[in-house]
Amino acid sequence: MEENIIQVENLSKSFDISSKEPGLKGTLKHFFKREKKSIEVIKNINFGIKKGEIVGFLGANGAGKTTILKMLCGLIYPSQGKLSVAGNLPYKRRSNFLKNITLIMGQKQQLIWDLPPIESFYLNAAIYDIEKFEAKKRIKKLSDMLEIEKELYIPVRKLSLGQRMKSELLAALIHKPNILFLDEPTLGLDINAQRNLRKFLQIYNKETDATICLTSHYMKDITSLCKRVICIHEGCITYDGKLEKLLKKISPVKDILFICRTDKDAKELSNSGFIIKNKNQNEITITIKKEAIKSTLKMILNKFDIEDLYINEPPVDEIIGNILVKGKV
Amino acid sequence: MKISKYIKIYSLFLSTSIASELEYKTNVIIDFITAILSLVGSVFLLTIFFQNTDNIGGWNFEQALIIQGIYTILNGITNTWFNPNLTEIVKHIREGTLDFVLLKPLDSQFFISLNKIAPSGFLEIILGVALLFYCIGINQININISFLVLCITTLFCSIIILYSLWFLISTTTIWFVKTWNATEVLRSFLYIGRFPLNSFSFSLRIFFSIFVPIAFITTIPSEVFLGIAKLWEILFELIVAGIFFIVSRRFWLFALKYYTSASS
Repeated sequence: MEENIIQVENLSKSFDISSKEPGLKGTLKHFFKREKKSIEVIKNINFGIKKGEIVGFLGANGAGKTTILKMLCGLIYPSQGKLSVAGNLPYKRRSNFLKNITLIMGQKQQLIWDLPPIESFYLNAAIYDIEKFEAKKRIKKLSDMLEIEKELYIPVRKLSLGQRMKSELLAALIHKPNILFLDEPTLGLDINAQRNLRKFLQIYNKETDATICLTSHYMKDITSLCKRVICIHEGCITYDGKLEKLLKKISPVKDILFICRTDKDAKELSNSGFIIKNKNQNEITITIKKEAIKSTLKMILNKFDIEDLYINEPPVDEIIGNILVKGKV
Repeated sequence: MKISKYIKIYSLFLSTSIASELEYKTNVIIDFITAILSLVGSVFLLTIFFQNTDNIGGWNFEQALIIQGIYTILNGITNTWFNPNLTEIVKHIREGTLDFVLLKPLDSQFFISLNKIAPSGFLEIILGVALLFYCIGINQININISFLVLCITTLFCSIIILYSLWFLISTTTIWFVKTWNATEVLRSFLYIGRFPLNSFSFSLRIFFSIFVPIAFITTIPSEVFLGIAKLWEILFELIVAGIFFIVSRRFWLFALKYYTSASS
């Protein structure tokens, strides 16, 4: 059996947080005496990730996704439990471990603001012990893949958000890391920029067999990149497995669009006691439980004059959105 | 730690930060003018102090100018290296960009202490050195190798003490998040270093040489310049510099265990 490149066992993390009451009185009280509470943000979680896997971490804001990612890359010390990434204890931050990983955060940047990105790339190359000639080759290859050849020489502050994010990605990948931690990499990007970034990550994963751990609030990132998802709710893992299986498990219904030939049929169908999701003249969308599809279709086709029909899965965004709200799978 | 790697990276830090600063020409020119005016102002202040007296704390005007020269060099170093880098630590911690620093296979203290440079501080260093050369002339000081070695050593120790103090305060940001005020207090203490240590009362002398060794960092190099420094003072400064540097380093590594990173 292939060994896991990331192994997490009974991992927990607590933070001390002080709370403040509203108003001046609360502020004064908070200034002189802070009431601190220890909050367990990650509770006894277990999982393993194999080399080359792309895993999506799903959860509402504050569920603990970023904390997990930061523990995996060694930024935060765990309170309890074991974790190993590429055979290393991440929080020791040993040089050979750091050369193996990268962290990309959609909302934070490491490029030098007033200079063209190429300056930051060469600086990063030197930090990662990459010779200038080799660095030049890698910059050329990655900038071709990311389509940012022209932007390499323009000051970062003059680049668009999309171009900047691509440059950030190049800066983070110059040392050819085997494990990528991506925290909302497509945040704030337009649809085209998001698509390009996803395409790039897919190719990068295919070419280098890199392991990718990703958090995102854009469901398209998750559905187009990750075969496996880990759902987090209030610091606990509520699901760990294939995305496809999750969708089947939590979405036991299908939406069927019926196009009725006459207004009369449409009216009768909409008054037959089914769950109507949408109605537009003769077009009626009904939500039906998966196990009842066969019998219900048979009954409707016999009873009404149906011109055409389409069977649809409910949108993934909607399903995942429900998980985030309920927290349960 | 590979020294050649660190030298190479430092040369890149220099070139990138000078290039960044030169993007804003007017700012650099204003900084240069400020440096000149600040030195002129300080010397003027000193002449006022000496208008009605020949010496302050046993130092005459020509000798006090040496302290001013050393202060100007230290202030130049503060403005060139400490100010642009060490004040950024607070920003790195508040905004969570320290994450990028910590994930680099490079010493994090080296990175955050030296990755930026403000070239305008160079002028202050040059002015300070020029003032010291002028003082060597007017105080009729003989220059020889041992004199130069002692001057450079004590000045280097002073830089280390100042850096370590500033770095220690900035490190506390990991717990307190905002410590701008504390570093401002340190800068105002540095102004005190323009005056001879002997001009303060005994209790203040103890305070400024042991608890906040600010006055001490200009006085001892100045005494070395005048050839009146005692050996134990030089050794004491060396020990203090060593202790402060080791403590600041240990404290940084200890504090990182408590770094929680900013939320996304």
